[in-house]
Amino acid sequence: MRALHGIDLEVRRGEALGLVGESGCGKSVTWLAALGLLGGRARIGGEVLLEGRNLAGAPVAELERVRGRRIAMIFQDPSSSLNPVHRIGRQLGEALRLHRGLEGTALEAEAQRLLDRVGIADGKRRLGDYPHELSGGMNQRVMIAMALAGQPDLLIADEPTTALDATIQAQILELLAEIRRETRMAMVLISHDLGVVAENTDRVCVMYAGRIVEDAPIDTVFEAPAHPYTRGLLAALPELEGPRRMLVPIAGVVPEPANLPPGCSFAPRCDRRIEACGHAPPPATELAPQHRVACIRA
Amino acid sequence: MTALLEVSNLARTYDVRRGRWPFARLATLHAVDGVSFELPAGRTLGLVGESGCGKTTTAKLVLGLLPASGGEVRVGGEALPAAHSPHWRALRRRMQMVYQDPLGALDRRLSVGRQVMEPLVIHGAGSTAERRDKALAMLDAVGLAQHHFDRFPHELSGGQRQRIVLARALILDPQLLVCDEPISALDVSIQAQVVNLLLALQQKLGLAYLFISHDLRMVRQVSHEVAVMYLGRIVEQGDPDRLFATPAHPYTQALVSAIPTHGRARKRRIVLPGEPPNPVDRPAGCAFHPRCPHAVERCRIETPALRLLADGRRAACHLAEQIA
Ligand SMILES: Nc1ncnc2c1ncn2[C@@H]1O[C@H](COP(=O)(O)OP(=O)(O)OP(=O)(O)O)[C@@H](O)[C@H]1O
Ligand SMILES: Nc1ncnc2c1ncn2[C@@H]1O[C@H](COP(=O)(O)OP(=O)(O)OP(=O)(O)O)[C@@H](O)[C@H]1O
Ligand code: SF4
Ligand SMILES: [Mg+2]
Ligand SMILES: [Mg+2]
Repeated sequence: MRALHGIDLEVRRGEALGLVGESGCGKSVTWLAALGLLGGRARIGGEVLLEGRNLAGAPVAELERVRGRRIAMIFQDPSSSLNPVHRIGRQLGEALRLHRGLEGTALEAEAQRLLDRVGIADGKRRLGDYPHELSGGMNQRVMIAMALAGQPDLLIADEPTTALDATIQAQILELLAEIRRETRMAMVLISHDLGVVAENTDRVCVMYAGRIVEDAPIDTVFEAPAHPYTRGLLAALPELEGPRRMLVPIAGVVPEPANLPPGCSFAPRCDRRIEACGHAPPPATELAPQHRVACIRA
Repeated sequence: MTALLEVSNLARTYDVRRGRWPFARLATLHAVDGVSFELPAGRTLGLVGESGCGKTTTAKLVLGLLPASGGEVRVGGEALPAAHSPHWRALRRRMQMVYQDPLGALDRRLSVGRQVMEPLVIHGAGSTAERRDKALAMLDAVGLAQHHFDRFPHELSGGQRQRIVLARALILDPQLLVCDEPISALDVSIQAQVVNLLLALQQKLGLAYLFISHDLRMVRQVSHEVAVMYLGRIVEQGDPDRLFATPAHPYTQALVSAIPTHGRARKRRIVLPGEPPNPVDRPAGCAFHPRCPHAVERCRIETPALRLLADGRRAACHLAEQIA
């Protein structure tokens, strides 16, 4: 089964890139593949260049030096990156020891400072807690603290704030913005929350069925979305004000990865489809500077 | 008429150590501290609030998955039977929960299909073929395809896993579904699809939902009533439209002002000063007072009760009338 079909992405130092798209379209797999975290059964083609060095196929030792230190990832599922049998202080401490070489009281102090920065009160006591003693959102913030522990150059934040309420979410995103201003850390923000993406990134890539279908500056995406899938996403959003209306999902279902339609993958669900859409996957074309769309009718 | 679910004065504490050392002094953490609400059949109560304020704990208490330290839960007018008793098991069939962390809720070694069918197997419902058909129909209802039936949880995306959990919870035709962040891992189109499904099931089967979410837009979309929690207590409760349009409690005001928006410029965000609350050292008086922009002397001393305001909603704030 093929999960990704030629993803071309570039993230510049200091840039914040948003990545949105339907569930299962490959947003997480893209980065797991790039960091060599998919396991032996995955086959990966293409290049992953970090300041010109190719990471794809790089020796394990080199990848291990990059992971956490140069490129850190906040994983989507707490249970896939927090170990339930260790106290969070130990897990955070390990990251600090490994990436920053801290020991003893310096390590303890830094661990507390990180918990404090992600808005967890009473950090000293909390370091002794196990993940099951924390709420879902607290675990998510522990993972954020762990990702920040290595002071990475690039942070891949996969749904970093979905378990957080709006006030703490705003506080965490403000913290990430602050770190980016201070250190010019680049960030890839993967999120289903289009408001979060709008407020925290400069540019957004919209993915569908393992491909990038639209790549544009943030304002363009919301004001003049060009791909029918992007428009469908925006139309499905509920409002906070006004009369409640029935939500409008995009008609149809996502194609099976092993069974993609021959032309545009979105064609079977697209209300602007013409016959030519079924012939070949549409190439990405430049509509305006920095605005690329893979749709022949855009 | 008695409500399907009546919760009165529910409380749950944890004994925790003050420091990291084994001999450190014990302290009491009030995860849920006197929560009351009613949920009639066929209705939805949205539960929102600060991360760590006790929403998941409340959900687990309601289902008897966690013993309460105080208060009472009544289902259909009767007190919740002791956990793991035969009566409780029978009741649990009608009350299902969708957990916050889908990977943690799924068994990694079992295929998707087996997990969705599992509740039917446990309760001995249907023949093997019927179970399979029902599971496939359920997968379809949550927007998954036939080919997902034989896959394993780690081979699925976050949103796909969440829908498996939802399918498994719905397969027994429950009367009450407690949903802890059921849709936050889904893309907006599938969120819309799942929410429409939940609403359709409610209309058809009269399901009641306790709907926990940080997505206030979605909460408004599905709820008949909303309760806002802060540090283990309900601080505001009422009609969703009114509550989100003109929040009465200062915490709700801050929460609503922080909702990220796209397009139209947002109203000014109310930034809460000070530390996030520590449930071990609950501030005296109104627990929100150290961060509240409106706090007066009285707030530091007297704990505000959740009281009825003129417009029919409830708020636990001494100054609710002045600042709304
Ligand atoms: N280890 C794996 N083995 C086989 N298939 C996998 C594996 N991990 C993911 N997949 C498949 O790859 C596709 C892309 O998954 P991915 O996790 O990247 O989706 P996503 O875009 O992050 O979705 P979500 O928004 O739901 O998290 C999915 O169809 C998924 O089922
Ligand atoms: N087993 C436990 N031992 C000690 N403390 C616990 C335990 N379980 C929960 N708590 C504490 O109880 C409080 C409430 O947690 P709960 O999980 O109910 O929060 P929540 O409202 O669901 O938060 P979130 O939105 O982040 O999921 C938190 O302070 C948490 O640390
Ligand atoms: S009671 Fe006082 S401190 Fe509490 S929310 Fe109202 S004004 Fe603020
Ligand atoms: Mg993902
Ligand atoms: Mg929770």
